Amino acid sequence: MKSLGVVIGLAALAAGLLLGQTRVLAASAEKGKEAFLLHGCWQCHGYQGQGGIAGVKLAPNPIPFDTLSNFVRTTNRAMPPFRKEILSDEDLADIYAYLQSIPKDPDPNSIPLLNP
Amino acid sequence: MARRDKSPQGSAATGPDVSRRKFMSGVALTGAATAVLPQDTPQAATAPSLSPTLPPSALRPDVRMAAAETGTPKELAKATGPDGSDFMVDVIKTLDIDYVCSNPASSFRALHESLIDYGGNKKPEFITCTHEESSVAMGHGYFKATGKPLMMLCHGTVGLQHAAMAIYNAWCDRVPVIAIGGTDIDAAHRAPGVPTFHSAQDINALVRDFTKWDDQPVSLQHFAQSMVRAYKIAMTPPQEPVMIALDLGLQQEPVKAHERESLYIPKYVPTAPPQADSNAVKEAARLLANAERPVIVADRAARTPAGMKLLVELAETLQAPVIDQGGRMNFPNSHYLKQNARGAALISNADVIIGLELSDYWATVNRFVDNGLDGIGINETVIKPGTKLIGISSVGLVTKSNYQDFQRFQSLDVDMAGDAEASLPALLEAVKASIPSDRMAALEKRGEALKKTHADAHERTKAAAAVAWNASPISTARLAMEIYGQIKDLDYSLVSSSGNVSGWPNRLWKMDKHHNWLGSSGGYGVGYGAPAAIGAALGNRDIGGRFSVNIQSDGDLMYAPGVLWTAARHKIPILSVMHNNRGYHQEVMHVQRLANRRSRVAALGMDRSPIGTSIENPDIDYASLAKSMGYWSAGPIKDPAELGPTLKRAVEVVKSGQPALVDVWTQPR
Repeated sequence: MKSLGVVIGLAALAAGLLLGQTRVLAASAEKGKEAFLLHGCWQCHGYQGQGGIAGVKLAPNPIPFDTLSNFVRTTNRAMPPFRKEILSDEDLADIYAYLQSIPKDPDPNSIPLLNP
Repeated sequence: MARRDKSPQGSAATGPDVSRRKFMSGVALTGAATAVLPQDTPQAATAPSLSPTLPPSALRPDVRMAAAETGTPKELAKATGPDGSDFMVDVIKTLDIDYVCSNPASSFRALHESLIDYGGNKKPEFITCTHEESSVAMGHGYFKATGKPLMMLCHGTVGLQHAAMAIYNAWCDRVPVIAIGGTDIDAAHRAPGVPTFHSAQDINALVRDFTKWDDQPVSLQHFAQSMVRAYKIAMTPPQEPVMIALDLGLQQEPVKAHERESLYIPKYVPTAPPQADSNAVKEAARLLANAERPVIVADRAARTPAGMKLLVELAETLQAPVIDQGGRMNFPNSHYLKQNARGAALISNADVIIGLELSDYWATVNRFVDNGLDGIGINETVIKPGTKLIGISSVGLVTKSNYQDFQRFQSLDVDMAGDAEASLPALLEAVKASIPSDRMAALEKRGEALKKTHADAHERTKAAAAVAWNASPISTARLAMEIYGQIKDLDYSLVSSSGNVSGWPNRLWKMDKHHNWLGSSGGYGVGYGAPAAIGAALGNRDIGGRFSVNIQSDGDLMYAPGVLWTAARHKIPILSVMHNNRGYHQEVMHVQRLANRRSRVAALGMDRSPIGTSIENPDIDYASLAKSMGYWSAGPIKDPAELGPTLKRAVEVVKSGQPALVDVWTQPR
């Protein structure tokens, strides 16, 4: 029974991850950019999610969606939580799609101003 | 009869025709006369008698006296002799004050006139300001660039009310400013209407909670003593603003006959700064010398370049990492022992921490998280149990109780009241004497490890700066490095960084001189940046050879933008680069935080920030604003590719001796 329970649990987790991934795949980076602005993500993380003194870097190469989602919903640290009442699952998925769409950074060693 | 005949005043019908000071001496004379002749006065019969043998202590005025007190006095006669305010200028000149920053006002008109005419408008030279807040903040910045305080003059009421925020910033930042407020104390003789609106019994009360000392001299000799005393107190660590209320009557009246031979100006001799107790220094040195993971934290430790050298020597002796909290330029950021990037980890692993002139020791070893369901935040320690805490600070020597700049209470194991810079030589010697010979190898190994972490941190910082490098609005990292690209070969001075640009200059610009970084406002009163930057640029201009650069936030500039005119008027060369993020961004985040905590969507109105926090719609054209006041200007720059060439042109303008402003649309932080 125990092993069956573990199998069912793992299957459910896999299904959940799959659903989550499907939702992300279906999301719109264009809508996500607008949601990123409307919900104030840019305030601490910058318009490109680059981060700064007030918020961590979100993009490029964002952390896995579920990790991000879990943090956004439940954080009790410096960032205030965004619960579903104020940020829908759809909007969060769109925001993630926007973060994924942000192109890779230039190599810092290729920027003369960063290597005076 | 004797009073009337001997009185220097005219008859009751015509009123007094002498100066009010002489009038007052006449009152004293008549008072004395009546005291010895109570029985001759008509009032004596009706005055209540306290004793059958003693005269009453006060008498009702006779007709002449009543008229003198309540009637309209004649125009004061032209006095003869040296003017009181000329003597005041003589006093001020002994203190070698370079400038007086001021918005003109009637309550100090006599001193104003003496400064420019009798004093020749030199030492001090009058700097015309358009707001009293700017006057004080210019002095604030000037001191941090030069180590010399400025004087500011203002109306003691409405002007001082304008100035008060800037005085509070100076108080929190431990900066001396000599503030003088004009007031006309004599209610019976001052001009009615506006001058009376602009007078008060005790103007200094407005700023007494955040000035180190204040006085209201009532004679010229009193002024001389108070002015020199004020300067001396302000300059003794902890250095703080001081305030003098200056009676207009005292300014305007001539030196009295009896004063002409006796007036003197006290010699100013600096007070030696307070040093930490010698036994406590030895105990601190013992703890540091034997620590496995010591950390040095400095905030306003290096008052002068000498303090910076001493701190480097202490850190190298201990091979201990330094976290510079930035109240002053305490430590060169190119030195491998500057370890701000790993500050949190170093603090949490330390076994001994020494804090030097920290404005907030509690927050150095504890954390406050502005979150939590109860709405009051989370408080948690970040140090290991048993970590020994050492502190040297002079601030506790003048702690007051109303304003809370002393921050939360933190218990220390060795707590020394004294000026850190003045105490460092003794601490350094004690540390050298305390390091066991068998620990030298361990110290060297610690230093080698810190060299690697310093280099690694620099690479990580560069990588972080590269993110969103080509973004528009322009990233704050790009902004900072485009500026640095134009000034890195100059002897630059970052005179203000009122805009929060994620600390990029301190992280990526090479800063190894005391004037490379002048710190921030102290009290976080917005409106400091623009005037303090211009005041510091004035000092740098006079020192010569320094290039003043300011990263100027939009909200800060809009408090009192008239200071731009002051810079142009007085030909103060400064490059101001706008960090124009089009909002009061700290408040943008605060309102968003509260909306989230309450599960509400923040109302944005017509903007992208919560209502009441944005500075857009319409967007302010800072280039036109600056141009209208005599600046060379450009912008708004939104394309990062345009920034470098524009800044290059601006740098050339500043090198020619003019102020320049480049408006740049930026990312929020």
